[in-house]
Amino acid sequence: MKILVPIKRVFDPYAKVTVAADGLSLEALGAKFEINPFDEIAMEAAVQIREATGSVEIIAVSIGGSEGEEQLRKALAMGADSAILVETNDPLDSRVVAAELEALVRELSPDIVLMGKLATDGEGNQTGPRLAARLGWPQATLLSSLSIVGGVAKVRRETDLGEEAVELNLPAVLTTDLRLNEPRYIALPGIIKARSKPLERRARATSIQPHSVTVGYASAPTRPAGQRVNSVSELVAGLNARGAI
Amino acid sequence: MPKILLITFGPSEAAVASGFVAKLGGDVTVLALAATGPSAYNVLDAGFSEIPPSDTISTGVADIARDYDYVAAVSSLAAKDLLARLAGHLDWPLVNDVTAISGTKEFQHPVAAGAAVETVRVAGDGVILTFRPAAFPGSPAGGVGTTEAISLAVSSGSRRTEAAAKSGTRPDLAQAKVIVSGGRPLQTADKFEQIIGGLADALGGAVGATRAAVDSGIASNELQVGQTGKIVAPDLYIAAGISGSTQHLAGIKDSKVIVAINKDPGAPIFEVADFGLVADLFEAVPELTAQIRQRAVAQ
Ligand SMILES: Cc1cc2nc3c(=O)[nH]c(=O)nc-3n(C[C@H](O)[C@H](O)[C@H](O)COP(=O)(O)OP(=O)(O)OC[C@H]3O[C@@H](n4cnc5c(N)ncnc54)[C@H](O)[C@@H]3O)c2cc1C
Ligand SMILES: Nc1ncnc2c1ncn2[C@@H]1O[C@H](COP(=O)(O)O)[C@@H](O)[C@H]1O
Repeated sequence: MKILVPIKRVFDPYAKVTVAADGLSLEALGAKFEINPFDEIAMEAAVQIREATGSVEIIAVSIGGSEGEEQLRKALAMGADSAILVETNDPLDSRVVAAELEALVRELSPDIVLMGKLATDGEGNQTGPRLAARLGWPQATLLSSLSIVGGVAKVRRETDLGEEAVELNLPAVLTTDLRLNEPRYIALPGIIKARSKPLERRARATSIQPHSVTVGYASAPTRPAGQRVNSVSELVAGLNARGAI
Repeated sequence: MPKILLITFGPSEAAVASGFVAKLGGDVTVLALAATGPSAYNVLDAGFSEIPPSDTISTGVADIARDYDYVAAVSSLAAKDLLARLAGHLDWPLVNDVTAISGTKEFQHPVAAGAAVETVRVAGDGVILTFRPAAFPGSPAGGVGTTEAISLAVSSGSRRTEAAAKSGTRPDLAQAKVIVSGGRPLQTADKFEQIIGGLADALGGAVGATRAAVDSGIASNELQVGQTGKIVAPDLYIAAGISGSTQHLAGIKDSKVIVAINKDPGAPIFEVADFGLVADLFEAVPELTAQIRQRAVAQ
């Protein structure tokens, strides 16, 4: 079995993100870049499938600038067998990313594309289902559990009402939610081993253009400062005065 | 006049969408996936008693959506799942969680856990949007439109083997006017239910939780509020024992009044709270519950 894990490079999700002076980009001063947390969960899930079922080839892929190598090396250290960096400085949106991933899927024929439900920076929240539609594959998003039994993915997924159970024939596109697993700590031997694993840099396979572009960013509106109350009675009086209760 | 297809997943969505579709401007048709009552708009009623998985209905929905300029839905997990797949079939742009419209092809939505608002310009024949109704207040449109029963093609894809069931009788987080949420310090499911649930019931509200509370098993998954949980917009949001991480705050910023009860005066939650009480929640919340109940009796 072969699993493709798309990886996006994002700001450390715990860093304080602000709008750059020109209003055209986001910055997080001094923050490190990380694997998008949902993609890290996807990597962990792929490794767990290998541990449960035996021979599984895991390929990590990232689309973007050369600096993405850092996150792909981390994916290799987590257990990917090889990595592909589709190296480009073109503007990307989920249309372009889905088209590039589609080209890779058609070339590599994985059984599963296991990816994040959303990227914590841009919050596009759409690349997985977009890719699944382009491929005509079944999809299950927001997974909270996953097992592969005889060519069928048995999953539980988060819905607005709670969890549901779903089965899908492979090949399929699956996206992760936070509760699927806790990514393992990467030990030093893994990091050293990752240095000698294959990481291929290649150019884009398509010339598809983005159909959504960022015009600019604004800081999120802040709420005016509130008041401190010293007791529950004072709180109740305040809420009453505001008509909140 | 642009044509808008509003896809609804529940009975109240057409009404809460009125402010948004009025702002967008156009001729509205509702594609009701779940059974729905009469609406101000013309309705194509697919009338599923249980909406099938997205991948089995997306091509059928795409065949209908193709004729419209805008396809929109109230933001929810179900809506994002289906509309993203629709975006793939139609090769149309999709902007999720729209909070403002700044032109026929320009939309704003929060990014980076609510740290910033991005303005996106889209190109193409059609545009797909999910939106936060709290950002588009408006009274429900008047009149009654036509309803036409349609049969939406269901193709093979993923198979649901167990449906999610709503548990309990408290209001849904997405619609609740009052929400009481608890965090990690509640320690056990019993204490969580007793203290947080107790105040919620006194106020006739819903219960919410942080990810830390959900992960430690003291609150159930569907109660999680925040970037990766529910985005809520109640009139009153009470946060007890919640630090106020950016990811949690991303889900509550549209609340009208926020109350924070936390024993650490430096907790970031106080920066967004309209009323902040530095106190031990195990004392303050039961006292608040008692005072609310007394008021109810007095009235
Ligand atoms: C990608 C990503 C997505 C995330 N999505 C979400 C999300 O959607 N929702 C979410 O909530 N989190 C989310 N998180 C997690 C988030 O970063 C925080 O870890 C989490 O919100 C903390 O929960 P908490 O406030 O309950 O716990 P803590 O941070 O442990 O805070 C507990 C607070 O309770 C106070 N306290 C302790 N004892 C008492 C007492 N007796 N009385 C009163 N106060 C007391 C403490 O002073 C402290 O401020 C996400 C994280 C990541 C990386
Ligand atoms: N540039 C990229 N390279 C590789 N994978 C990506 C990229 N952008 C998005 N993805 C994948 O798509 C998922 C959802 O991203 P998004 O739809 O942008 O929120 C991410 O979790 C990644 O798995």
